[in-house]
Amino acid sequence: MTTLHTVNKSPFERNSLTSCLRFATEGCALLLIEDGVVGAMQGTRLAPRLAEAMGKITIYVLGPDIQARGLRENQVIEGIRIVDYDGFVDLTTEHDRVQAWL
Amino acid sequence: MIKKFMYLNRKAPYGTIYALESLEVVLIGAAFDQDVSLAFVDDGVYQLAKDQNTDAIGMKNFSPTYKALGDYEVNKIYVDSASLEERGLTVDDLMPLTYEDEDDDWAEKPSIRVVESAELAALMEEQDVILSF
Repeated sequence: MTTLHTVNKSPFERNSLTSCLRFATEGCALLLIEDGVVGAMQGTRLAPRLAEAMGKITIYVLGPDIQARGLRENQVIEGIRIVDYDGFVDLTTEHDRVQAWL
Repeated sequence: MIKKFMYLNRKAPYGTIYALESLEVVLIGAAFDQDVSLAFVDDGVYQLAKDQNTDAIGMKNFSPTYKALGDYEVNKIYVDSASLEERGLTVDDLMPLTYEDEDDDWAEKPSIRVVESAELAALMEEQDVILSF
């Protein structure tokens, strides 16, 4: 039984990402979408926290939301997987539940 | 088939509509005889603060409604201890919520359980559905 967590807010606006990382258990997945993609970028204050989390969970980021914001996919933290909308759908089917961190 | 529903509350009351909407959905959902639990995390813990008084802001104080949850057999209310602690709160700052246990001669028991994050994380993994507010 695993959960797909989604975070759609910037970690600089809300604590959704840090709370999600606090509650996500081993083997779960996290998908960053909408303004949440900010959390996937290299060089932010949160980057070390995400790198550490990748020891127990798999982190994905939605490419279209990166492109829309003028961010660069080659600046995504190493190890975070970039997916498109089809990949998003696949993730929802591969997990038992989706938990949206608002 | 009974499913496990957890309502995850992470916002303070009154500033946004989330807390009230969550409570409304919980009460509606309670009519369907499912396995329901509530979790209060981050600013969500303020929803359970005692002595709420909204007279001067012209909004309805919906906090007494939480005390009715026990009558709807909603008696699993989990509060994240780290969220209380980082806000300088203890369980004594929260409304005492209770239910009557039909399996124990209707003894009155507390509904609120303060839990560590790891325990709450494990409870989340047991759910069929998690509704976030």
